[in-house]
Amino acid sequence: MEYQAFLIKYAEIGIKGKNRYIFEDKLVSRVNAALKRVPGDFAVSKASGRIYAVASEPFDRDEAEAELQTVFGVSAICPVVRKEVVPPEELLAEAVKYFGEAHPGFSGSFKVVATRADKRYPWDSQMINYKVGEAIIKAYPAVHVDVHEPEIVLRIEIREKINLYSETVPGPGGMPVGSSGKAMLLLSGGIDSPVAGWMLAKRGVTLEAVYFHAPPYTSERAKQKVVELAEIVSRYAGPIRLHVVNFTDVQMYIYEHAPHDELTIIMRRYMMRIAEAIAAQNGASALITGESLGQVASQTLQSLVCTNEVCTMPVFRPLIAFDKQDIIDLAEKIGTFETSILPYEDCCTIFVAKHPVTKPNAGIIRRSESGLIPEIDELVKTAVETEECIVCAR
Amino acid sequence: MEIYLDNSATTMVAPEVREEMMAALGEAYGNPSSLHKKGSDAELMLKKAKERIAQPLKADAREIYFTSGGTEANNLALLGGARAKKREGNHVIISAVEHPSVSAAADELAREGFQVTRLGTDERGLVSPEALKAALTPETVLVSVMAVNNEVGAREPFEAFGKLIKDYNSRILFHVDAVQAYGKLRLNPKRDGIDLLSASGHKIHGPKGIGFLYIRDKVRIEPIIYGGEQQKGIRSGTENMPGIVGMGKAAELAYQHFDERISALYSLKEYLQEGLESLDLVRVNGPRERELSAPHIVSATFPGIRSEVLLHALEDRGIYASAGSACSSHKKTVSPTLRSIGLSDELAGSTLRFSLSSYSSREDADAVIKALKELLPQLRRFVRK
Repeated sequence: MEYQAFLIKYAEIGIKGKNRYIFEDKLVSRVNAALKRVPGDFAVSKASGRIYAVASEPFDRDEAEAELQTVFGVSAICPVVRKEVVPPEELLAEAVKYFGEAHPGFSGSFKVVATRADKRYPWDSQMINYKVGEAIIKAYPAVHVDVHEPEIVLRIEIREKINLYSETVPGPGGMPVGSSGKAMLLLSGGIDSPVAGWMLAKRGVTLEAVYFHAPPYTSERAKQKVVELAEIVSRYAGPIRLHVVNFTDVQMYIYEHAPHDELTIIMRRYMMRIAEAIAAQNGASALITGESLGQVASQTLQSLVCTNEVCTMPVFRPLIAFDKQDIIDLAEKIGTFETSILPYEDCCTIFVAKHPVTKPNAGIIRRSESGLIPEIDELVKTAVETEECIVCAR
Repeated sequence: MEIYLDNSATTMVAPEVREEMMAALGEAYGNPSSLHKKGSDAELMLKKAKERIAQPLKADAREIYFTSGGTEANNLALLGGARAKKREGNHVIISAVEHPSVSAAADELAREGFQVTRLGTDERGLVSPEALKAALTPETVLVSVMAVNNEVGAREPFEAFGKLIKDYNSRILFHVDAVQAYGKLRLNPKRDGIDLLSASGHKIHGPKGIGFLYIRDKVRIEPIIYGGEQQKGIRSGTENMPGIVGMGKAAELAYQHFDERISALYSLKEYLQEGLESLDLVRVNGPRERELSAPHIVSATFPGIRSEVLLHALEDRGIYASAGSACSSHKKTVSPTLRSIGLSDELAGSTLRFSLSSYSSREDADAVIKALKELLPQLRRFVRK
């Protein structure tokens, strides 16, 4: 069957009071951006608590739905058949034809729900419900009407055109990106951080990202891999500004001047400081990491407390209570997994202690860090100033 | 500044090669199997390319079969050679330092029921004729040894192998993987008892996607690709004409002014090796005598420094080399060659290969040594604690 439009429903933003139009406008613009990636030349507009995307060219339904499923804030997607407004008798024929094509071989219950925006239409809603229901039963003897718990609801809207729809595909849920402020994601080449970014984007957060590059210890390919990950996440989150920080000198300085078993934790603390500085410069008000409790030495509760204390911004760790397999499942769903497991090293094993502290004491770490000052402050400043910004979009 | 010293991985396409290929990519687009003039024009080009390739091998054009590259040529030799002989015996001999396109093909033969013997090397990467002699049995149907090792540049005594194999049993097929040797050594398969010999276009300033297998007249092997019976059914598929034309031209260039070019290449290699040895702690791998080594491959170990890190540090200065051993935290595979010459996993992970071409110069070697002089002390400060 050929469809001419989508009706897009949203859930949570329906209840946002006076700010509702802000959310709706964000959603409209995100739907627009998603549908631009496929044929159809859709006109997107909002009308009475839902969004219509009307095509002016033929399009592939599955392809367009896949794009709409990347738009956070969408709760359901209904492909719509649009017809010219016709007299009631012809409407009956159209509805019967639609039902047969949309649900071939269906046997079970249904009901018709008509709405008549154009009150001049000869039949009122009740009449349409009744007449169309009757015609469908006549045409397809295996179906019956159940007005309380129907398996299929056929909706007929009489507007400037007649809209027919009965199929619903779930959307990704969440909130439209751009409706919840901006946060800075610490993006490595691993499996976790892209997923963490995706989760916050799902709550409407605009993402920027920071990647710590350590040439020659990490290669150009490792950086390319991070760019690719950001591009994949940008399908959902919109364009992501990726800040590539040259971390080599900071890392080296720590390596040479700090106790070896505290290396990772001190390095993490400096990464957080640099990320926060870049976040502040770019108008982001929180940090996001892919940390998951207990996954590695630097992600024990004590370590997290210790890295957390260097930031004043809130640090979001959406994966904190996730098992690795759950994270992998999500990464596969989002499409980042295959890229994440490419074997380029992001952080050189040479800088990892054989036996890192797993229960660091913040007091001791602070004392170790005091030995790095003032030289390290200069190095951090240079790292922040020389960051390279790459816009990643797909 | 760009100093490309990874010519064993691939080479720049020579401008003369590019030029001849453009014709085959343009008006001369015919299929050599077509009966019309367009086809016969292409067939002439095919013949000319075979002649250019066969001539330095002192072989006949009809003994050249084009493949998609060195890997396919090696696969065809091993699989096609052993399968054609399976009634005569079930034993195959290779060396422990072969390229994966030979060793993995041998693994496949083992799965098909062949016994595979893998001959080790000495600490220079050389297989000894005595070891080969001892390994030959009445069941042996195929021996495959590379002419030049791609990682340390050892030049295997394949002439001696050929003689002793044929003395033992002239029906045994002898294959030489000459991917790193064609264009660098003088090869004479007929004289040296070689039945099958593989080479690749992109290692000799030709294009990628083309290689050939020399199959000595009267030697029968089975195809591994079936189809329209092109190339006497040994390698079906419409010929890759632009690649073939390019390979032909590259072969011709590779053997022009051969002696003086190769002797200059040996001198440059030795110059670089001496420079490397003048650096603290650095050791050069592989044989040093000209008779025992290829003119273009230099392998060196930098203890305490991970090869990948050094590679990227050199890359920063426009110098391209390759890591002697693929080694990352995800995939710990130490090269069989480096293991066979006695390097520990740690030292193998600290080994780089510099491979030269006739486009390389003394200035390039000087730049490498200068860069290393600066980098090595810097990088050594940060060795794993």
